[in-house]
Amino acid sequence: MLSRRGFLIGCSAAASPFVTRVSLAAAPWDARLVVIVLRGAMDGLDVVRPYADPGYAAARGALGEGGSDLDGFFALHPGLDPLMPLWRAGELGFVHAVSTPYRNKRSHFDGQDLLEAGGEAVGQVRDGWLNRLLAQLPGAEPRTAFAIGHGEMKILGGPQPVADWSPEVDLALSPQAMRLAERVMMDDPAFHAAFAEAAMLGGGGMALEKGAAHLDVARFAADQLKGDTRIAAFSINGWDTHGRQAKTIVPALERLSGTLLALKEGVGAAVWAKTAVIAMTEFGRTVQVNGTGGTDHGTGGAMLLAGGAIAGGRVYGQWPGLDEASLLDRRDLMPTGDVRAAAAWILRGLGGFDKGLLEQVVFPGLEMGADHGLLR
Amino acid sequence: MTGFSPDLAEIRFGCGLSPVVAPPASVVAMLEGLRAPDTMAQRFPVEGYDAFARWLTETKALRRSGKGKKAPKKALKSFREARGDKIVEGLRWAMAAQLRWTWTETAFRERIVAFWADHFTATGKMTLMRAAADPYVETSIRPHVAGRFADLLVAAETSPLMLHYLDQSASVGPDSRAARNNEARGGLNENLAREVMELHTLGVGGPYTQDDVRQLAELFTGLTVNNDAEFVFRPAFAEPGTETILGKTYGGNPATLESIGQALRDLAAHPATAAHLARKLAVHFVSDTPDERLVQAMTARFLETGGDLAQVYAAMLDHPAAWALPLVNVKPPQQFIGSAWRALAVTPERVARLKPKAIRQGFEQPLVAMGQPWMLPNGPDGWPEQDAAWVTPPGVAARLIWAVNAPPTLVKALPDPRAFVDVALGRFGTDAVRFAAAAAESRAEAVGLVLASPAFQRR
Repeated sequence: MLSRRGFLIGCSAAASPFVTRVSLAAAPWDARLVVIVLRGAMDGLDVVRPYADPGYAAARGALGEGGSDLDGFFALHPGLDPLMPLWRAGELGFVHAVSTPYRNKRSHFDGQDLLEAGGEAVGQVRDGWLNRLLAQLPGAEPRTAFAIGHGEMKILGGPQPVADWSPEVDLALSPQAMRLAERVMMDDPAFHAAFAEAAMLGGGGMALEKGAAHLDVARFAADQLKGDTRIAAFSINGWDTHGRQAKTIVPALERLSGTLLALKEGVGAAVWAKTAVIAMTEFGRTVQVNGTGGTDHGTGGAMLLAGGAIAGGRVYGQWPGLDEASLLDRRDLMPTGDVRAAAAWILRGLGGFDKGLLEQVVFPGLEMGADHGLLR
Repeated sequence: MTGFSPDLAEIRFGCGLSPVVAPPASVVAMLEGLRAPDTMAQRFPVEGYDAFARWLTETKALRRSGKGKKAPKKALKSFREARGDKIVEGLRWAMAAQLRWTWTETAFRERIVAFWADHFTATGKMTLMRAAADPYVETSIRPHVAGRFADLLVAAETSPLMLHYLDQSASVGPDSRAARNNEARGGLNENLAREVMELHTLGVGGPYTQDDVRQLAELFTGLTVNNDAEFVFRPAFAEPGTETILGKTYGGNPATLESIGQALRDLAAHPATAAHLARKLAVHFVSDTPDERLVQAMTARFLETGGDLAQVYAAMLDHPAAWALPLVNVKPPQQFIGSAWRALAVTPERVARLKPKAIRQGFEQPLVAMGQPWMLPNGPDGWPEQDAAWVTPPGVAARLIWAVNAPPTLVKALPDPRAFVDVALGRFGTDAVRFAAAAAESRAEAVGLVLASPAFQRR
């Protein structure tokens, strides 16, 4: 008996532009780029702890105690201990004291908009920087980039066609209903193509682990990256730790480490070796702990890099110090670098993109500065 | 091309076919419906902005009194309760909007309100402000959709939510009195000025320059929001001197609200605005690639009547190209759900019994999966008009899943699927849909397949 999946692929491949495969050789570049948006403002000072800065213990107290030493100055939050093997293998790195150009207002909404649009100011550009990058890839087709999650990935939004899917969409209808749906959609090529693609991606009755949706996202992304997909973007939420941060940040860290390990396992050694993962957040958090054991919206923070293509085992960036005079507005970690510059240098290394194009089109207004040396 | 027909009027320009509410009898009836008493707003109320602002002010005060180590625990608790209650109330407003779609006899009004609410997209950027979007539409958009465009424009741009959303409330003239006296941090924010020209009036290809944006931003200084979340004009924030916008000079000393209103009225009357809005209406209601003659007729009517919106709608509805077949435009997810409610004739009594969790599962979360979360637009440019934005694998899957799973929770008994094909699709029912409705294993799947069919998704 034909499976539902086989049935749908069998009778709809011709009608679906998504199902048409291009050969790997035809793909415009061979590297893999994964961009993870850490929504809610990850506390870079807690995740990558500058324990050797005399101001750190004073500001953070018990919240900042412990962690695995990275380089004699920074320590990694214990919640990310599962990633230490990656660090030791040089497949995990960080850039510290970075931010977008967003200043002063500290709204998640605007901060994420700017992070995903990649411009200098809110509203300057509307489409996402990854979408503008796609426009520069000769031979890119919808499957070259995958936005995973519920249409919230503005970072990939724009005129270039992009594939999208949410692994938690479970198209678990009876086989009869799936056949009838196929038949109902048949006369309408656009609906039919989308339905056929959906049935293929989500109709297999994917078993979802409870509370582990992030692993489904990571495994799904890995599956696509093993194939024709070169760019995948998705979010990990839950970083807005205003209270009891020692506890509330832990689930987000588990999601982050679980995601990275699942990605590595899922793509396999050969693809992992040419993969760069960039995890970035809209802004950092206050240096001081607030009255409820958490931290409030700040400015400078940290970004995470992972993958075999990364020159890991280092914390990059220029450390500004935590004494009051070195802080921004006497409250936030002073950003000494732009998250976009780090991303731009990675793009340049992965795809050989022109510097002027990165500074004018992908991240309009950015000055990339000297090579950050973030890739192997 | 023929012209008006009642069923097409209800599908393309209304909220979809209903088993209980008759479609409009004529174009005249559709237009008169815009001027008729707003019975839906009375029957299914949504809080107005003034009441919302009072709630916001009280709740912020509660939050303040709950802060600090010595604050009474009770204050923090009351604050959290107030915040939680408002979120639930917001769900009820969303349900009221669905009931308006389900029961209205003047469905063109609901469509037009939704169009302008999207054109003037505004939403809260802080947790407490999130619930402000429905009250904003109720107060600043809904009453103005059949009048002059200039009045609608002024109402939208001076609404506290728009001033907050597009950062006008934070814009202070660098040489203003307040900045000079260190009463406010001087700094121009161009966001609202840019969006007024790019999105709300002239359009992205319109005849304006960055300098016009800057000048309009300077003219706008003084438009802001007070601590009670109300609109206020503060001359002390205004940048001194005159501003030149599209070659015309405005403002001067003293800065006045009137000169800002004049600039908005001039932008509203601009030929580029007429062309931009006519095309957007035609794209929204008729097709992603509308007949140029239709757009031209609407543009001309806009200019002849000084932007009388009812006249512009009349020019659209009187044009044969507005009634061309086949059905092409795809309903955005919120309107797909609204029209499904209408086809199912979901009752207010049933909806009143829905618990918040059921509303989240049956409405809020499915809309997220379909790509159009309720009152949480992607940006100031609102939701996409292009059909391709909605006909995506996850979007189509989410519609199908909703269509099968939600209706049994919305009505006491699902209709006979074979009859439901005619109720929901009328003459647009296809053989494939009829076959599916008869062949499905369960009534829920049969009804779901009718609602998920392209014939129901397009209008």
